[in-house]
Amino acid sequence: MTKKKTTNTKAPAIDFNGKWDYAPAPESTSHIHLEKQYGHFINGKFVKPSNGKYFATINPATEAKIAEIADGSAADVDAAVKAARTAYDKVWSKMPAAERGKYIYRIARILQERAREFAVIESMDGGKSIRESRDIDVPLAAAHFFYYAGWADKLEYLMAGKKPKSLGVAGQIIPWNFPLLMAAWKIAPALAAGNTVVLKPAETTSLTALKLAEVIRDAGLPPGVVNIVTGAGATGAAIVSHPGIDKIAFTGSTDVGKLIQKAIAGTNKKLTLELGGKAANIIFEDAAIDQAVEGIVNGIFFNQGHVCCAGSRLFVQEGVADEVIRKLKDRMETLIVGDPLDKNTDIGAINSKEQLATINKFLKIGKDEGAEIYQPQCAIPSKGYWCRPTLFLNVSQSHRIVQEEIFGPVLAVQTFRTVDEVIEKANNTPYGLSAGVWTDKGSKIFKVSQKLRAGVIWANTYNKFDPTSPFGGYKESGFGREGGLHGLLPYLKFE
Amino acid sequence: MHYILPQNIVIDRVEVDTTGVEERVARLNTRSIKKESKMEGLLMALSMMDLTTLEGKDSEGKVKQLCYKAAHLHDAFPGLPTVAAVCVYPTLVATAVKALAGTGINVASVSTAFPSGQGPMSVKIDDTKFAVENGADEVDMVISRGRFFMGDYNFVFDEIAAVKEACGNAHLKVILETGELETLENVRLASDIAMAAGADFIKTSTGKVQPAATLPVTLVMLQAIRDHYYKTGKMIGMKPAGGIATSKLALQYLVMVKETLGAAWLTKDYFRFGASSLANDVLMQIASQQTGVYQSIDYFSKD
Repeated sequence: MTKKKTTNTKAPAIDFNGKWDYAPAPESTSHIHLEKQYGHFINGKFVKPSNGKYFATINPATEAKIAEIADGSAADVDAAVKAARTAYDKVWSKMPAAERGKYIYRIARILQERAREFAVIESMDGGKSIRESRDIDVPLAAAHFFYYAGWADKLEYLMAGKKPKSLGVAGQIIPWNFPLLMAAWKIAPALAAGNTVVLKPAETTSLTALKLAEVIRDAGLPPGVVNIVTGAGATGAAIVSHPGIDKIAFTGSTDVGKLIQKAIAGTNKKLTLELGGKAANIIFEDAAIDQAVEGIVNGIFFNQGHVCCAGSRLFVQEGVADEVIRKLKDRMETLIVGDPLDKNTDIGAINSKEQLATINKFLKIGKDEGAEIYQPQCAIPSKGYWCRPTLFLNVSQSHRIVQEEIFGPVLAVQTFRTVDEVIEKANNTPYGLSAGVWTDKGSKIFKVSQKLRAGVIWANTYNKFDPTSPFGGYKESGFGREGGLHGLLPYLKFE
Repeated sequence: MHYILPQNIVIDRVEVDTTGVEERVARLNTRSIKKESKMEGLLMALSMMDLTTLEGKDSEGKVKQLCYKAAHLHDAFPGLPTVAAVCVYPTLVATAVKALAGTGINVASVSTAFPSGQGPMSVKIDDTKFAVENGADEVDMVISRGRFFMGDYNFVFDEIAAVKEACGNAHLKVILETGELETLENVRLASDIAMAAGADFIKTSTGKVQPAATLPVTLVMLQAIRDHYYKTGKMIGMKPAGGIATSKLALQYLVMVKETLGAAWLTKDYFRFGASSLANDVLMQIASQQTGVYQSIDYFSKD
């Protein structure tokens, strides 16, 4: 049964502007320390790149250069892998597990102490709002280290009757959307399980990984246990193909994930991939609508939509569609786009010029496909990379903007009538990372979520993360799980 | 699911998710209000205040003093607004009307067997008429919570409609006493009934029951006002009352109004604070914004 809610179209839309605008509230940058130039972190020390090459890391909100980052060559990767191997053979694999745990706890504590500095640098380098880097990225990164530190001496309880053994050297390649948090997701379980690490951050967002290297150094970790090599795709390829690596963990695009899978075929390397997504966020008519609208906003506009599990396909049950869309549009009018370091900013800068071009390409595709576009008329800065929060209405499963991952603040909206219809459409995608279900009816949550083919399903909330909860995908969204006890399994073998 | 009220008025049952409401409130509270927007917000808060005294021991003298304070918040700072209204018991309305003559400040009177509402309808109507005849510009009534819990929504509706009629030209604020309503869904339903029955304002609390006003309750009521506006085109006002004692909290309420209902509601015609001690805290903040230092509370008058 659907009920059509009536709205009086005569009432003019609410005006959210024009009175009492918030004055700028910039977070101070005076407490941070950045070098002009960063080398790789290999064997416990920052070292210059062997070929002497550097590239600039840019503040996407101002287009100003922040620092120079070493461009990692195959020789740099080789040095890092050798350091990791030596550290594994001589120190880390022989250390009592409780001692390993102490080091990881120490990383977590130092990270907490320096949380403000990390939040500011994360926002400067990656463009995300300080509200998110301060309240989500940095605390969650510390929480991952705390969580896995506790596991270090309890691994034998993971599988009854089986003895866990570490793998050796893990090669880890992480994306630019959650630079510090992804480093924590990768490094913490690897170390807890007794492996050593060679990690490559994304080329547009290397800084917090390099600051994390300082933390790791200050925590007194034995040299070579964690090595960080910076660079772009070629550096990543050198890690993937290095024969001294026992395990690859990759988070990034599905295209690159497929290349990695091909590259290591026939080798003994273990692999986990956390790739793209095009998640369905489903609003049933018996949902708490105002809270669901907030969940739509958190689902797609969190981190400028640079989220693999973003709720980028919205499905609204017909009877409440008008109400949901009106409320969503009103809510979007109150979103503040701009300076990532302003405490009131909701949507920061797009991470890079390239990503902005990708998003703009999809905006054009959507318009050319005949979808109805809606954007609030919020002000955006003249310099830097920006995208207004965007809705595409009147779309279908056949639209490219519904099928392909945009990785930006762009939401494709469809309506549905029946539960079966929405399950079919939600699953009709090559991806399967996440989904959202909104209904006040508990039984419906279980019925629907059992039929959704997605690794993570949120009910009456969206984009919630916790170190204790496993995260990962179905189908082309990848395989292997990160977080929780499941996140340890890819870093262990059982005998 | 929906309810059919008298006059064939239909209202939908609205689901409210408490966790989601609390999350939205927490996010709104991250808004950082600094410099000129802080000053503007503080002045706005003063102008929206219903300075209140509702004690058994209230005297004419106390009300006169409060009325003087209402019009002269802190004469050391020229250019401050006056508060919006002074809120008293019906028997003290005449005193307040006389004391506030020519100030532009309204007199609000509680009525309908405030604060419990446990009186017969005839008494509630007489209570209201007495206040209005004595010159009250605004009437703050309480709903019959017992009848609400019995599911007798028609009774609640009829009572509000009857008091509204007794008010004549006086504005009617309907107190839901949200601290007794238990759930946010009940808050939403009571808001919808009150607005349908003719409330000009909906108000959280009497101040005599804990918890009084809270941000989550206020958000749900503001959302009800917004939905009522889109349904009918009519703007209803909001008054959180009780427990709002600090400037920081007052600014958080104003942020919530701005981002839920927009600029049109940011006036004393559509938003009020029911408070007794908030004014001096706001004045202290204004002083610190102007002079750069916090002054002792003893520099601000207590009436």
